[in-house]
Amino acid sequence: METLRLLVCDDELGMRMGVSRALRDFRVDIPEVAGEVNFEVVGAETGEQALKMIEEQPPHILLLDHKLPGMSGLDVLDEIVNKPLDMMTVMITAYASIETAVRATKQGAYDFLPKPFTPAELKATVAKAAKHLMISRQARKLAEEKRRVRFDFIRVVAHELKSPINAIEGYLQVIKAGTVKDPAMIDQIIDRCLLRIGGMRKMINDLLDLTRIESGQKPRDVREVDVVAIARTAIESIYPDAESRDITVNLEAPDALPMQADASEIEIIFNNLLTNAVKYNRDGGRVDIVVRGSDGEVSITVSDTGIGMSEEEVARLFNDFVRIKNERTQGILGSGLGLSILKKLSLLYNGEVRVKSKPDEGTTFRVILRETSAAQGVEEAGRPEPGTEPAPQT
Amino acid sequence: MSEAKRRVFVVDDDPDFRLQQRLQLESAGYDVVEASSLKEARKLLPSTDFDVALVDLMMEDTDAGFALCRDIKAKSESIPVILVTAVASETGLDFSVTSKDERAWVRADVLLDKPVRFEQLLREMNRLLKD
Repeated sequence: METLRLLVCDDELGMRMGVSRALRDFRVDIPEVAGEVNFEVVGAETGEQALKMIEEQPPHILLLDHKLPGMSGLDVLDEIVNKPLDMMTVMITAYASIETAVRATKQGAYDFLPKPFTPAELKATVAKAAKHLMISRQARKLAEEKRRVRFDFIRVVAHELKSPINAIEGYLQVIKAGTVKDPAMIDQIIDRCLLRIGGMRKMINDLLDLTRIESGQKPRDVREVDVVAIARTAIESIYPDAESRDITVNLEAPDALPMQADASEIEIIFNNLLTNAVKYNRDGGRVDIVVRGSDGEVSITVSDTGIGMSEEEVARLFNDFVRIKNERTQGILGSGLGLSILKKLSLLYNGEVRVKSKPDEGTTFRVILRETSAAQGVEEAGRPEPGTEPAPQT
Repeated sequence: MSEAKRRVFVVDDDPDFRLQQRLQLESAGYDVVEASSLKEARKLLPSTDFDVALVDLMMEDTDAGFALCRDIKAKSESIPVILVTAVASETGLDFSVTSKDERAWVRADVLLDKPVRFEQLLREMNRLLKD
């Protein structure tokens, strides 16, 4: 249980003792934030003494009388208003005039307690202040956590964009220095530069997809779409890459499969699955796509005959920017965002992503999508998870 | 008569970095042997002779380069090792090889930040090879 320090600043001894007595066994329950809190009451006779005590050990709650022998309660407020204190001030006054109330509130007082008050009124006011204190503390903590996650994300994005820039810059310098004369080598260098630029573009597009999904700002356009037609378009777009490496792509699906969905989201899902299946395949391999639907559930299965992954690698797979680094994956470029996007999108459809993989044999991804109301899905995927914060909006 | 070419062992998982170093080093008159991972480097190490090593820190593991530095020094204490890293500036992972104590655990002679300036790399290599 947390003990909150409460400073009562009043020149009347009776008042200080009364507050102390009333709050001795008083507990406030603040579920979900702090649990129960109780109070330790200390007293100050004058404003000057209160300021000194605040300086030495700031209380969490200050009960401040307005009419004091030396400086007034409002003077005390003047002194502390600009200090970064984690403190709620409640003004006590016999002259509960509107003017005093307005002035005090302007100077940072949180609440008012008109004299004379009963122990019950005191408790109610203190409980309210304590709750407000604990909730704003919690809010600050969450904001800080959010900020940290955002910074981490930006740091990783910066790193991921720096490596292709370094590579391209390095090549340009080699060419500028006249180190390379062989036209075939210069051609190879240009191809590498173009490839790295393509990688950057893919990363930027993935970042935009991710931001779009997580911000929930762009309204989703959910209507009846044909999942199989979208699959065919996606297959066409990866066909050149597959063909150049002699990879066969097979689709097993009904002629059409209608579903309530946002077409662009389904496109991203297929593009991510198919690009991976080709990218991590072996030359001369196969990609098998099976699309099935029943009872408002659509299942998309994509299997490749590629390099596969170990169980450990599979476990890390869906985090932002995770790229499995090993001898088999080096030289394969990716943003490290594709699967994290895939997972977030499947959540929008109340769905899931399953992975089965064996090193050197291949990987099967199975995405299940369930027809669901758009609002429900957005809430689901918009919930921030640590490490999945989108780039800041401001 | 030209003397025998000096050989550089370039170990980095980034194929672009390896190709760039190869092009520049060969044009500066060096021989280059490449490895693309700690694992591959370890395989080559017993049978490969070289005069200086250029090792990337982050490969399969974030500290793969440290392990390789140790292996190279175990093969021959006198082979100079240049450790290359992109992490220092970004992760706050802070270490250096300026003092003898630091070199006792980071078994590298020079630390270079990526992107590596080739003139600087050449300067360091010439200095290390002269010693």
